[in-house]
Amino acid sequence: MSMTKLIVKNAFRHTLRVLLTIVGISVAVVAFGMLRTVVTAWNSGVAASSPNRLIVRQAVSFIFPLPYSYKEKIAAIPGVSAVSWLNWFGGTYIDKDQFFARQGCDPETLLSLYPEYTLTSKEISAFKTDRSACIVGIETAKRYGLKIGDIMNMEGDIYPGSWQFTVSGIYIPRSKTDDATQMFFHWEYLNERMKQDDLTRADQVGYYVVKINDPSRSAEISQKIDQLFKNSAAETKTETEGQFQQGFVSSSGAIISAINIMSYLIIGIILLVLCNTMIMTSRERTREYAVLKSLGFTGGHLFAFIAGEALTISMLGAGIGIALLIPIVQGFESFLPRGWFPVFIIETSTYVLAGSSALIVGVIAAIIPLYRALTMKIVDGLRFTG
Amino acid sequence: MSALISISHLTKTYKRDKQEITVLKDVSIDIEQGDFVALMGPSGSGKTTLLNIIAGIDRPTQGEVIIAGTNIGVLSETELSKWRSRHIGFIFQFYNLIPVLTAFENVELPLMLTPLSKSERRRQVELALSVVGLADRMDHYPRQLSGGQEQRVAIARAIASDPDIFIADEPTGDLDRVSAEEILTLLNRLNKEFGKTIVMVTHDPSAANRARIIHHLDKGDLIPQGQS
Ligand SMILES: Nc1ncnc2c1ncn2[C@@H]1O[C@H](COP(=O)(O)OP(=O)(O)OP(=O)(O)O)[C@@H](O)[C@H]1O
Ligand SMILES: [Mg+2]
Repeated sequence: MSMTKLIVKNAFRHTLRVLLTIVGISVAVVAFGMLRTVVTAWNSGVAASSPNRLIVRQAVSFIFPLPYSYKEKIAAIPGVSAVSWLNWFGGTYIDKDQFFARQGCDPETLLSLYPEYTLTSKEISAFKTDRSACIVGIETAKRYGLKIGDIMNMEGDIYPGSWQFTVSGIYIPRSKTDDATQMFFHWEYLNERMKQDDLTRADQVGYYVVKINDPSRSAEISQKIDQLFKNSAAETKTETEGQFQQGFVSSSGAIISAINIMSYLIIGIILLVLCNTMIMTSRERTREYAVLKSLGFTGGHLFAFIAGEALTISMLGAGIGIALLIPIVQGFESFLPRGWFPVFIIETSTYVLAGSSALIVGVIAAIIPLYRALTMKIVDGLRFTG
Repeated sequence: MSALISISHLTKTYKRDKQEITVLKDVSIDIEQGDFVALMGPSGSGKTTLLNIIAGIDRPTQGEVIIAGTNIGVLSETELSKWRSRHIGFIFQFYNLIPVLTAFENVELPLMLTPLSKSERRRQVELALSVVGLADRMDHYPRQLSGGQEQRVAIARAIASDPDIFIADEPTGDLDRVSAEEILTLLNRLNKEFGKTIVMVTHDPSAANRARIIHHLDKGDLIPQGQS
């Protein structure tokens, strides 16, 4: 018989109690993983943002546009290496429940500002040459079965009318945290239509994206840009992309931090569940610990028995929880309206956190029983009747 | 040659709610190598306490306990724990087997602390179980055994590490007449055939009569009695 066998036999002594404890830990780990995944999804825009990119938007609100004429002025500022611009399109594709970002862009500069969206050179040149061309992220392409050459029909809302875009490229993001759901088309295509339909809305852009070479100068350059348009009809507010995204999610920030706190509370619950089981278990075994001590087993052995048992339970619970987490997160994602979260993945850090929490919880849960077993006098333990 | 167990002027007091109770008063006793000693006396007279001190699981308040040349009162907890595993075999009234372990595994338990190989351990466990006549019950769990059989497994566990001294606190206290007789016969064999020293506490005069020497304890005083 090995120590391990003894520990496992001990751990499963009260089968039902231990199974319930393991199930409890698994459920908690699943809940922890789900909450963390939601938080990750929410924050992924911020995580994917580049410190090299500044976002210039209208100072009052990002729903107001900026004049196209700002482009040259921004480009002239020292430290600015490229300027691009985007325009939210909104619109309805198929039906109202299909969410993914659709934006008018400048195909010439877009990809130099967003190098994380990779396309073949053939796709790039096709996108640049056709005015009604668009590119879509691989996720969106998969979801709607879009192939190169397909037509996407959209019903405009911010920009009324029917719109047709030809898919000329499907971009693949470099990293998993980059958004693979967006759709970009020619801003020029939009602007031409505005020139015909509503001149007041022509030559306007939603926001500028500015590339700077030295991220440490972002504050200084932002200030210069905003200074430039001070007291004009459209004052600007320039932020790094991260700040911009954060501002975007800040309204939900309180909820996010609540979810975050909850995910850690869950670890506290795991701890309490396991502590309870371990304390009950070791109390019942007081006499056995006394017998083991009388036979010559030392503190080190008792540590191995008690901590080993707690860890067996906590690691089994965490293992099952993590194994269940993957299909559950996938199931949850397919249940959500598609595109709600452009990035919905379980981060490695979630696995690591769940696993290491289980480890730490296992050790902590062993402390009280171990302390009792170690300080117990053999003669008192032998007299113990429960 | 001096006695195997030599206790001189042993006093044991417990503190309970600021009140001191003297359980053993100036007890001196010598037990020779190969003796079979029975300790008798009314409930609360300190029999278990004396036995525990000899076994090295309780400590004297005053006095000396020298066993096989070692003054066990001065050993550290760790040293004492090692010393016990080499010299003392325990037999308890309620057997104290581990319920999730088979008879074999229960007997193997003290051998896990030795450097014996797996096959050596197996041989030793089988030998111990055959001495107590339970070689055919190796894979049984305690709940599948009768009280007498459980106690025999417990004796096998005590035999396994081959100690010189067996400490038995009312080993037949929870058994019927027949099982009790079996256990006492077994202890007799250990004493006679294997030359083991046995110190046993009992309330049962017929059990005490199986011992060579009977000591009476009364309110912490030792009253020596004749040899049987
Ligand atoms: N840990 C302890 N703390 C306080 N008092 C104790 C402790 N252990 C034993 N005593 C007291 O010491 C006295 C002797 O106890 P002991 O168990 O040695 O008696 P005993 O002769 O074995 O009795 P019994 O025949 O009932 O087993 C009792 O009054 C008991 O209450
Ligand atoms: Mg007693």
